[in-house]
Amino acid sequence: MTVNDFSFTSNFWNLWIIVLTVGNILACWWLVRWTGKPRADEAAQGDVTGHSWDEGTLSEYNNPLPRWWLWLFYITMVFGAIYLFLYPGLGTYAGYLKWTHQGEYARDMEAADQKYGPLFAKYAGTPIPQLAADADALKIGQRLFVNYCASCHGSDAGGSPGFPNLSDGDWLYGGEPEAVKLSILDGRSGAMPAWGPVLNEQGVDEVTAYVLSLGGRDADAGKVAAGQTHYATYCAACHGADGTGNTALGAPNLTDNIWLYGGSPGVIRQTINDGRNGRMPAHRDFLGEDKAHVLATYIYSLSNK
Amino acid sequence: MSSEQATAAQAATPPPQQGSGGDEVYARHQKVYPREVHGVFANLRVLGVSVLLGLYYGVAWLSWEGHQAVLLDLPARKFYIFGMTFWPQDFFFFAWLLIISALALFYVTALAGRLWCGYACPQTVWTEIFLWIERKVEGSRNQQIKRDSANMSWAKFRVKATKHFIWITFSLFTGFTFVGYFTPIRELAVSFVNWDLGPWETFWIFFYGFATYGNAGWMREQVCIYMCPYARFQAAMFDKDTLVIAYDEARGEPRGSRKKASDPRQTGLGDCVDCTLCVQVCPTGIDIRDGLQYQCIGCAACIDVCDEVMDKMGYEKGLVRYSTEHAMAGVRTHIVRPRTIMYTILLAALTIGLIYAISQRKPLELDIIRDRNSLYRETVDGLVENVYILKIVNMDEQAHRYSLEMSGLEGELVLADPVIEVSGGEVLTLPASVRVDPVVLKRAANEFEFTITAHDDAELTRTETARFLGPAMAR
Repeated sequence: MTVNDFSFTSNFWNLWIIVLTVGNILACWWLVRWTGKPRADEAAQGDVTGHSWDEGTLSEYNNPLPRWWLWLFYITMVFGAIYLFLYPGLGTYAGYLKWTHQGEYARDMEAADQKYGPLFAKYAGTPIPQLAADADALKIGQRLFVNYCASCHGSDAGGSPGFPNLSDGDWLYGGEPEAVKLSILDGRSGAMPAWGPVLNEQGVDEVTAYVLSLGGRDADAGKVAAGQTHYATYCAACHGADGTGNTALGAPNLTDNIWLYGGSPGVIRQTINDGRNGRMPAHRDFLGEDKAHVLATYIYSLSNK
Repeated sequence: MSSEQATAAQAATPPPQQGSGGDEVYARHQKVYPREVHGVFANLRVLGVSVLLGLYYGVAWLSWEGHQAVLLDLPARKFYIFGMTFWPQDFFFFAWLLIISALALFYVTALAGRLWCGYACPQTVWTEIFLWIERKVEGSRNQQIKRDSANMSWAKFRVKATKHFIWITFSLFTGFTFVGYFTPIRELAVSFVNWDLGPWETFWIFFYGFATYGNAGWMREQVCIYMCPYARFQAAMFDKDTLVIAYDEARGEPRGSRKKASDPRQTGLGDCVDCTLCVQVCPTGIDIRDGLQYQCIGCAACIDVCDEVMDKMGYEKGLVRYSTEHAMAGVRTHIVRPRTIMYTILLAALTIGLIYAISQRKPLELDIIRDRNSLYRETVDGLVENVYILKIVNMDEQAHRYSLEMSGLEGELVLADPVIEVSGGEVLTLPASVRVDPVVLKRAANEFEFTITAHDDAELTRTETARFLGPAMAR
């Protein structure tokens, strides 16, 4: 995108700003010259002007300003001219240095990468289980976590409805170090279809009862039996015949009383009826592999003490 | 102004030259050549200059328990002042100290006028050194004036070059010392010798070097007259009981030169012999006999030189002297007056308060940030959980282990790691969750306290308030 893409619909405002800016600088120059000439009616130099305050105890003298004061005025004008030549300021003129905010940001990021890149590169060579014993790496990982992850997963990594707890040793996509890292780098997308239209209200109730029974909770025996049939037909493909889930698909274990969206009968029913769509965004582009490695180490360390 | 006075003043300060080409409003600066002066007050100033510059150039080199005694480490945001380490969180103390300094300045000004300007202001102190160097190289006031009005010659060039070389060297050393309070000065000295200073260090050394050279070498009294805000607003602190430098007009006038043996009573002249020495020694180029002027920095050079003349003439000293407007008008001077009483009380209270606050300062900070992404969450057991990030700042030099407790709310504090250890000068980020049975929650927002206490020092403790959100069930 060029500067003009953001610009005005006509060239008028561009010229308007240039004329105003240049005109003001020239007007300043003229003003300094003009006010530098003595007026015909003013008091002689070193004499009182006739203005007095505080019952005549304070009188104003017509004393000259020091000459270097005048230079200061000219210096500001010269500074302004040089600035406007080097940097954007005159309408859409981009300035001799072609300075932009984006460029400044890119330079700062590059400088930061050069400074901190080697630090992360050093850690990237160490396997995660080994690196998890490095207190410094964990501290860096924690800072990354608080910056990038805590807004969804909580500062303590305890999660919240829809955002898994990362500290309990239960993993939707597997808790192996590389699986954790991959989740960070490429993100995850966990989709459960809505079964309400297929099962109807009664069917959903029955499956809910069966799911509760999987976790060892009380449920109506008749509904559980009917639910089991539905389960085998519709749910077992992803959640497994025994309900222990499938980390390849991100299908949760239904037997461990750990619930991503909540474990009350009402919420389970809602999940079955409406389905769920969980999405963890990919961080490969703006974190990079090396930072993700340190971050994965911290997350890994939370459940592998 | 009498006609004689006007003549004398004009003789001493030549009228500003008329510029050319429309610049008449701006006058070319007339250099002031203060004549060298000896006396009680000149000695006091030499003492002031020696002590203050000695501190400035000396303190930077002191060490204290393994670090530089006074070091303001900006990148690390730690400020070492002898045995104490201050953090940005302690900026409050610095603001407090500045308020005390300002008040002390007002107090001294109300009592004794521009003592600060005359004896302690950096502008005066460095100008004094620069004048001294100038006199050593260029000679007396008369020699300087003569040389400056002469055409450029090899001899003149050599003298001027020598002076500027010494000035610039001294200025750069001043800039170097200044930066030495921000970068360890011994390392800085090594870098300086090897000429591998960082870009900012180089910039600030030259910047402060240039400022010293410019202000003390070239600008001098113009800083006081045109730039210094304090010089302008001090009038608000003056009253008729404030000590000022005053010319005793009743005793001195009518002024006039005379033979040493002549009897002033016969000639009808006052004690002022109109030698204009008071004008020649004045660093701001004014005539004290015109009365109190804002340009007068209260350096008392005119007192010293006039006393010398009075001695020679066999007159009583003190034609120009430290006095007050009341005293000059024959009224009693009041040192104790509402203004000074107020300043004394305020200054004492603030100073005692600051000393107490610093002595009570604990090198431990606790900041609590509640997770804001969700109001609260429920555990499988039906407990309500809030998550916090605790920032524990150990401002001490050594490591401490701390215990964390919560109070004011019936609940359970859950930490990933029960051992809280923070090394010296470190900030620990500690996630903590609090679980509460919703049955006990009376309100949706409940205030409670986190208290952190060092294991090895029960005095080293901090309590901060936090907020717990949840469903209000118990009503």
